[in-house]
Amino acid sequence: MGYVVQVIVDALSLGGLYALTALGIGLIFSVMRLANFAHAEFITCAAYALFALSGHPLVMAVSAAVLVAVALAVLTERVAFRPLRAADQATMLIASFAVSVLIQKLLIFAVGSRAKPLDPLPVLAETLNVGGVQIGLLKIVTIVTCAILLLALLFLLKRTRLGLQMRAAAEDFTMSRLVGVRADVVIAVAFVVSGVLAAAVAILYAAQTGFVQPRLGVQIVIIAFVATVIGGLGNLWGVVAGGLLVGMASSFLQAFLPADLRPFREAILFLAVILVVLFRPNGLFPARGLKERV
Amino acid sequence: MSHRSATPASTPQADLKGLSASTAPVWREELRRLSPLFILLGAILLIAPLGMMGDIVLERRVTLALVNLVAVVGLYIFMGNSGILTFSAVGFMAIGAYVSALTTLNPMLKQTFLPNLPDWLNALQISPLAGTLAAGCVAAAVAAVVGWPLMRLSGIAAAIATLSLLIIAYIGLGNWTSVTGGQTSLMGLNTWVKLWPAAIWACVAVTIAFVYQETRWALALRATREDEVAARASALLPVPLRLIAFVISAFVSGMAGALYGHFLGTLRVETFYLDSTFLFLTMLVVGGQRSLTGAVVGTFAISLLAELLRLLEVGIPMGPVALSAPAGLGDVVLAGVMLAILVFRPQGITGGREVIWPRRHAPTPKQKEETQ
Repeated sequence: MGYVVQVIVDALSLGGLYALTALGIGLIFSVMRLANFAHAEFITCAAYALFALSGHPLVMAVSAAVLVAVALAVLTERVAFRPLRAADQATMLIASFAVSVLIQKLLIFAVGSRAKPLDPLPVLAETLNVGGVQIGLLKIVTIVTCAILLLALLFLLKRTRLGLQMRAAAEDFTMSRLVGVRADVVIAVAFVVSGVLAAAVAILYAAQTGFVQPRLGVQIVIIAFVATVIGGLGNLWGVVAGGLLVGMASSFLQAFLPADLRPFREAILFLAVILVVLFRPNGLFPARGLKERV
Repeated sequence: MSHRSATPASTPQADLKGLSASTAPVWREELRRLSPLFILLGAILLIAPLGMMGDIVLERRVTLALVNLVAVVGLYIFMGNSGILTFSAVGFMAIGAYVSALTTLNPMLKQTFLPNLPDWLNALQISPLAGTLAAGCVAAAVAAVVGWPLMRLSGIAAAIATLSLLIIAYIGLGNWTSVTGGQTSLMGLNTWVKLWPAAIWACVAVTIAFVYQETRWALALRATREDEVAARASALLPVPLRLIAFVISAFVSGMAGALYGHFLGTLRVETFYLDSTFLFLTMLVVGGQRSLTGAVVGTFAISLLAELLRLLEVGIPMGPVALSAPAGLGDVVLAGVMLAILVFRPQGITGGREVIWPRRHAPTPKQKEETQ
């Protein structure tokens, strides 16, 4: 019983991280149809900012991480993605791939490719004893943080003027522009929010793994990426559900698969992705208005 | 070339020109239609001897460029003709590389590195040529099986599905320890891929791609690329058309993987993952993903740039001081070039046109009007 509870907590915390990452990607996809692979580097750079300020007070390190991720997100939007707004999805995907590789190589160039130890949240290293079950405090904090960020985003989207504009833009971008939504502002805000989400993921993930390296973000984003597709790109709730689903599936496979099949865990996960994409090309929870009209 | 109805042009404008020039003799038009193939093969055979003009390092770099060309052509056959972004080509390369390695390695070596190999595979040793063809065939067979359901997809769904395929191949080959050696490198491959074998295989790959794109299936596939709805309305079914291209593409990619393995002499699964995917995509997109000329031009342009950057990293002697760039700069510049090309010239250097022999006869009255 205790083992099952532990596995469920693990699954929720991993699923929460993937959900936050997937949300950062899904948010940008819904306003500008860009599947942003470079989200990985927002996460990596935030983690490196944490590393650079690891001796300093936590507040400073965390705000530096958020600042770096947001600045990077806004910068890439301005330099790389704005000129490509009219291009087709595949071209934009390749462009985001290029941005991702560019930043990654710059990082390797600047700080080297070796992994560096990092412990941003040492206070959370303890374990709690809940009814005889050992649960890491960090896992709980991860789950709670993910829940709080999701609720905050929900508030932003449902209760503010900007959120309304973003939802309108997600539903029908051209139409929303025609009724006076300012496209540049909406897209910039989407990138800022996605940067904040990336920083949060960076802090929590770096705390879990305990080190930082230039490919840190890519590992998460590749999985979050397919999570967004499984959930349904363009539908924010679907994206969150996809992230949770993939994270939990990954944890459960890790926990319950026979030991000799465990290395193939991710291969099984991606096989499931292919099946989902085959039978529901627009995801499990498809967005409205995605289908092209002729 | 049996399908006379197809035209080599990949742009509508070129199609129109082809129609208006019916006055030229038929044999000359046929020859002109084949001219992109001859020009590209000529370019390869002109570039290959450059490798002999310097030291062994230069020869290795030119050989690598030619091997890369085979890989990029493999990527182009599907991506260029169908217009669908695919990430799986490098996965097929990995399959080809391991097939060729396992079928050509000395049984003694196999016994040492892979003691758990099935007996029949352990005893098998075929010639390099047969190994390369086997690599292509196995990759093509895998592509036929996995491609059949996948070809319904296009756009972002296809990109994600093929990315998943690449990851599955990477994880699968990287953990199938009894057959591939898993995370350890597989060593002792026969390094027969020197300059001239690489050049010949590059010519073979370009010829396969050109012959394919002259067929009616490729023309129909390009029609579905331009406008899927209109193509369907003209009774063209995208799924089988895409599958043909996918299988041929995987065949060439598999061969490219085999060449890669026998060029390096050592196989690691990491060789066939995101970094090389990005490199080949860069080469194709920079050249122009909609034409075979683009694949060739892009490969040579990026290879040349990479070589110049490498020289810069080594240091160029300028009198008493050496002008040198810090290591790792090359990768940064390559990614930057890729991004700049996408932003400023999304159709690539060639703009999706094939290189073609110019017409020698006088322009038709209509063309004269256009130039005035």
